[in-house]
Amino acid sequence: MSFPAPKPEGPQIPQHLLWTLDSQQGPVRAVRFNADGNYFLSCGADKSLKLWSASKGTLLKTYSGHGYEVLDADSSFDNSQICSCSSDKSVILWDVASGQVTRKLRGHAGVTFCVFNVVVVTPGSIDGTVRCWDVRSRRNEPIQILDEARDGISSLKVAQHELLTGSVDGRVRRYDLRMGQLHVDFLSSPITCVCFSADGQCTLSSSLDSTLRLLDKSSGEMLGEYKGHTMKGYKLDCCLSSKDTHVLSCSEDGHVYCWDLVEGSLSLKLPVGKAVVQSLSFHPSECRLLTAMEGRVQLWANEPETEETDTLVL
Amino acid sequence: NMAADSDKEGTDFVSFGTPLEPLDEDEPLKKPVPIYEQTVKDEKGRYQRFHGAFTGGFSAGYFNTVGSKEGWSPATFKSSRESKAENQKARGPEDFMDEEDFGEHGIAPSEITRSAEFQSGHKDAATAKARAVNAQSSLIPGDTLLEEIIAPAESSIGVELLKTMGWREGQGIGPRVKRKPKKQRPEEGPRVYGCSRPPAGSESSEEDDGEFAPQNVTFAPKDVTPFDFTPHLGLQGLGYRGLDPGLALGQSAEHINLFDPQLDIKTKLFGGKQKHTRHRGVAGQGFGVGAMEDEDEDIYQRDSMSKYDIEIKDEEPGDGLFGWTALRNSNKDASYIGKILEGFTLAQKTVIFPPPRLPRDYRPVRRFNPGTFVSHVSGVSPALAQPQTGGRHQLDSGQRRALIGEEALQGPSSVMDLLRPEDRERLRNIRHSRHGSSSSSRSSSSSLPPKKESGQTAAQTFKPFENNPEKQERYEQYLNCLKQGDTDALEESLDSEMTEWERSREREEFVRASILYRPSSSFLSSRFTRSKQQDDDDTVEVNRDEERDLDDKQTAVKMKMFGQLTRETFEWHPDKVLCKRFNVPDPFPGTSVVGLPKVKRDKFSVFNFLIVPESKETSGNGYFCLHWWAEIQIPRDETKHEIESTRTRRDEILT
Repeated sequence: MSFPAPKPEGPQIPQHLLWTLDSQQGPVRAVRFNADGNYFLSCGADKSLKLWSASKGTLLKTYSGHGYEVLDADSSFDNSQICSCSSDKSVILWDVASGQVTRKLRGHAGVTFCVFNVVVVTPGSIDGTVRCWDVRSRRNEPIQILDEARDGISSLKVAQHELLTGSVDGRVRRYDLRMGQLHVDFLSSPITCVCFSADGQCTLSSSLDSTLRLLDKSSGEMLGEYKGHTMKGYKLDCCLSSKDTHVLSCSEDGHVYCWDLVEGSLSLKLPVGKAVVQSLSFHPSECRLLTAMEGRVQLWANEPETEETDTLVL
Repeated sequence: NMAADSDKEGTDFVSFGTPLEPLDEDEPLKKPVPIYEQTVKDEKGRYQRFHGAFTGGFSAGYFNTVGSKEGWSPATFKSSRESKAENQKARGPEDFMDEEDFGEHGIAPSEITRSAEFQSGHKDAATAKARAVNAQSSLIPGDTLLEEIIAPAESSIGVELLKTMGWREGQGIGPRVKRKPKKQRPEEGPRVYGCSRPPAGSESSEEDDGEFAPQNVTFAPKDVTPFDFTPHLGLQGLGYRGLDPGLALGQSAEHINLFDPQLDIKTKLFGGKQKHTRHRGVAGQGFGVGAMEDEDEDIYQRDSMSKYDIEIKDEEPGDGLFGWTALRNSNKDASYIGKILEGFTLAQKTVIFPPPRLPRDYRPVRRFNPGTFVSHVSGVSPALAQPQTGGRHQLDSGQRRALIGEEALQGPSSVMDLLRPEDRERLRNIRHSRHGSSSSSRSSSSSLPPKKESGQTAAQTFKPFENNPEKQERYEQYLNCLKQGDTDALEESLDSEMTEWERSREREEFVRASILYRPSSSFLSSRFTRSKQQDDDDTVEVNRDEERDLDDKQTAVKMKMFGQLTRETFEWHPDKVLCKRFNVPDPFPGTSVVGLPKVKRDKFSVFNFLIVPESKETSGNGYFCLHWWAEIQIPRDETKHEIESTRTRRDEILT
């Protein structure tokens, strides 16, 4: 017995707002899905970090312990640990279940902007360094410090064997651990966000000249350029959709812009609100998008909620 | 000194405490006291048991029982059937206590205390507690009213003792003194016509002599006047007396009319002296007082007992301030009564300071004439006499110097004087050459300085061996050979006269100096960058290599030609642990270098100069470099990374 072939899905872009919630955290600095997409974290300016369930938007836990506003967070793959970084120059590792602070890593000279956690916590900071801390070893010194940047590091992503950093000095640096190489791509204007593509062939970087550029990883050539949004002063997020079909970016005009990756044309402009959309995060597998604007977090999906149960998610 | 006294070893040392027992290695080590032996025993050897609080509490007897070693019945057992009568006597709780309970920490400590009648003011803790407890249960909890109202008229034991020894109230305490017979007093006060008391002294002295004839009669000393040392805590000043409540609350004989503007109410209320006793009404001699009589101050005034004597006694000699050791108002100047503050007295000697001497042309009037005032003021240099243009902020140091009247500093006025003539020449040449040259020559000279010249300039700017000109020459020779790539640079530049050790020392020094004192162009280029505007002619030459790269890249970005133009690739060494964590094989297992090797750092630190150029002779001199690394002081940065990278440098040099 063979099942009928599923109908080919059109390009999926999250265009329907499923729900909005008020995070009560003051302005939300970052929203991040966890590794499997069932939960998300919101980092607030009120020094707290909140864990929410992604399906309904219910608050699960609040983690407080930072001295200043929490700027970024990430969770480990087994969902047992969360790491968060804050303007108080420290990185805190939390135990998810108990909410206790497992470790507090200090060492950055400036505000830490971004964190990524596999088994190594790598925050990047305004002092221009990326410090890699080993989570298992309990040492307080970082394993390695990457300080090639000449100005602050605004964004950081980690893939299987690569570290991608974007710096305010206008350069995207990709550290290849397997090959033992550092590739520096010069983009001239300060970079606000970098991310890998899902297939691992390209990197996307957004910079303060209101441009997103898709660069080929191996050669450094530009594969696509996306314009139309406004990013002139703020550090806003950008991301690729889960299947690398679209490029999404926050904008200072209160919209989230969504371009088709291949063509570069603007597919969607999500009206999030009136203020600057600070952060966004794409679900790792499904077509869902989280956006954060001021104190509110919104979840957008491909289709409205009522029909969710019927569609087969491939 | 300690070393010098080493021969007198035993005599100078002082030992404190008990020394440990000398440990014999052969003997088995003594085990420490085992747990079951760590017990507390009282003076009789019985095991102590502590129930509840650590001190105090009942002893648990003999293994928690009443018995003893012999058994539960005491050794001496007396049947009480026969001796019932004896049991009738009251047995207080003390009969059931043992000596431990009577001890210091027991429940009924027996100690010697004072009994109630011998207690002085401080009640002991027990009675105080009893009173407090009673106070709680009385009608008004916490208040001991009845006790305070009805207090037994008891005098303290000290008073009782004194009384038995012959003291009376009002007398002083101390050995008895003799009282001298009174001398004749000088006449005082107005002359009195009519009956008056005989001058107290002249006649009575004779009589007194008769009465107090025996010389060996002693009297009790005078009592000490208690002086109230109330500190002056207020902020009003000495001699301030507040509102007199007696006057303010209407107890005075006069009615205080607040609405009368004439009355100076303040002085009345504050007890100050009044100029006029009565403003209104008829008063004085015309009313109520006879013509021949003096006016009384106030016929309705109330008397106070202090005006009358209690005892019939002669006035004692001296004033009443017995025991008062401070100044006394000996000089009873009537005009000062009431004006002298308490505790103060008129000075014996008044010192009047002369008025200050004024300068000859001092005028107490200030005339402000901006043009001419300067000349009037003496002591100002004529430089100041000219009116200043632009105000005081436009002065330069020379003008200021003139204003203050300072001397100019001795010494060269310009830095150029300090330089030697050849240096001056060189600087001038450089300046001229820079003026004349075009940008291309500038850039070429920056990146590849001509060899000899650089060697010369380097040597001239950094002369490590200035004191020893021969050495300096050798060093320059060495540098030149280095530049030309000679591997035997060291050997050639050595002096054959020196000993082997000196030669090796010189080798080391040359290597060090060559690394540290790099030629000025690249030395400074990494520290400075060309400014955007040409401010000065005396700017330092700048390396434009970096800038050119940047411009290229930017143009590439503008043209959107990403790729080779915008990408740079470096060899980067990840840390071993990092590779492990990422589950990736270490790409460079051999080297222990971490980070970017052989890349010029942009950090403006000493490490810019410590990068060894890729040349062969350094590998041969690796040994000396290692020595140097150990010796030089690296300025500590906050991050540990700097220290790590020095390690990498060292490793890299060795490999």
